[in-house]
Amino acid sequence: MLATAFSLSVATTFAQGDADSMMKMLDDEDAAVPKKEDVNFTFKATRLINGSTTESLGAGVLDMRISHRFGKINQGAENFFGIDNANTRIGLDYGITKYLMVGIGHNVLGKENDGFAKVKILQQKTEGMPFSLSFLTGASIQTTKAPTLPTTDMKWYFSNRVCYFNQVLISRKFNDKLSLMLMPSILHNNLVDSTKFDNNTIALGVGGRIKLSKRVAFTGEYYYRFTGTDNNVGSAKTYNSLSLGFDIETGGHVFQLHITNSPGISERIMLGQTTDTWSKGDIHYGFNISRVFTIVKPKEFKKH
Amino acid sequence: MKKLLFVAFILGSTNALFAQNYMTRTGKISFNATSPKSPEKIEAVNNEVASILNSKTGDFVFQLPVKSFKFERELMQQHFNENYMESDKFPKSEFKGKISNLADANLGKDGTYNVTVAGKLSIHGVTNDVSVPGTITVKGKDVTAKAKFTIKMADYKITVPTVVADKVSKEASITIDAALIQK
Repeated sequence: MLATAFSLSVATTFAQGDADSMMKMLDDEDAAVPKKEDVNFTFKATRLINGSTTESLGAGVLDMRISHRFGKINQGAENFFGIDNANTRIGLDYGITKYLMVGIGHNVLGKENDGFAKVKILQQKTEGMPFSLSFLTGASIQTTKAPTLPTTDMKWYFSNRVCYFNQVLISRKFNDKLSLMLMPSILHNNLVDSTKFDNNTIALGVGGRIKLSKRVAFTGEYYYRFTGTDNNVGSAKTYNSLSLGFDIETGGHVFQLHITNSPGISERIMLGQTTDTWSKGDIHYGFNISRVFTIVKPKEFKKH
Repeated sequence: MKKLLFVAFILGSTNALFAQNYMTRTGKISFNATSPKSPEKIEAVNNEVASILNSKTGDFVFQLPVKSFKFERELMQQHFNENYMESDKFPKSEFKGKISNLADANLGKDGTYNVTVAGKLSIHGVTNDVSVPGTITVKGKDVTAKAKFTIKMADYKITVPTVVADKVSKEASITIDAALIQK
């Protein structure tokens, strides 16, 4: 009798549990394959604040970016606490492949035209690769008028206007909330104001984000300079760049709002010409907005 | 009693022996959540749907990795995963159910049958009972399952921020197209 009851229960579980056992089959099969998925969305955008992140645009995606930095907050009521002065960078970025993106831009401050390429070399995986690594290389040309030179036989070379920058971006998404990044960087100015100044600014950046909610993240980035710390811009001393902000996502867009001591947006200014300091309250309020357009549709959406 | 036991045993073993399992790992499920006020199409395709159908019992299961939904717009895909579906927390969506009118569909024979599949649909960590009409086409060792139905986002605790509330539909229409092969 006991055996009967046992057999019956086996038979019934067999019948009822079929869908469950089929689902278990799928789960087991899944579990048998080692999960080496890409860890995506380490940051919400290709820029953290002033500098870049390891994030790339998708293939065939065009990103129009407008970055704005107002004047210094401590400029007083007559300048509406900095709002009356502003610097802008207008840029266009394009994702050639999933791993390679390029961009150009124009900065109002210093009348700079810049261009860069960023390639993702390592991709953080759920198992195995613990971090992502991207390499960014770029150059910028100042288009300000050539200065009047002391003697007529002196020449103002085009190369004087050019600077180069390279960054290695190493990021890790620790969990849903926390992502951190290291950004070893070098900026080379072909021309500096004095022979006493260093042409190379070598810096190590640290940055990160903490998600406060599904749609709001707190971000920060700091570039510590090892060389070029005594370089002046005119008579103004230069400082390390420190920026704090929020990424706010409103459905289709990411707004980045921040405060920073860098007066402009380019790598040249962020790394080498940050003439303002937090300690004196020389802080700029700013924002980045971006609008993406899909130029080349992913294959799933191509009309056959 | 002995007889009953014997019958139960035989039933169980025949089930196991002659179970007609059809299976795929490359089924297709797409959805559309575009509202009249959406500035762009909100739709995505997932080509990594796993499914098993037992043609004898009518048991039917579907499972898909949420991250495999491909959008036309990369940014939308990010927002879908990060904010709407929270795919790190809820990596899979699944359906466990049964063909409720199995008697009307002679799945052992070639043909197209209208079926109703009822069971439990789990999305975003929320499970609801659903009943979905669809068609099953049998052709030799191939079975094609097709269905189209609508789910309410609120039923699965998928929230849309108020700023874009009118730009995303409150409902998503889901299309299933899965070609299963006899195992």
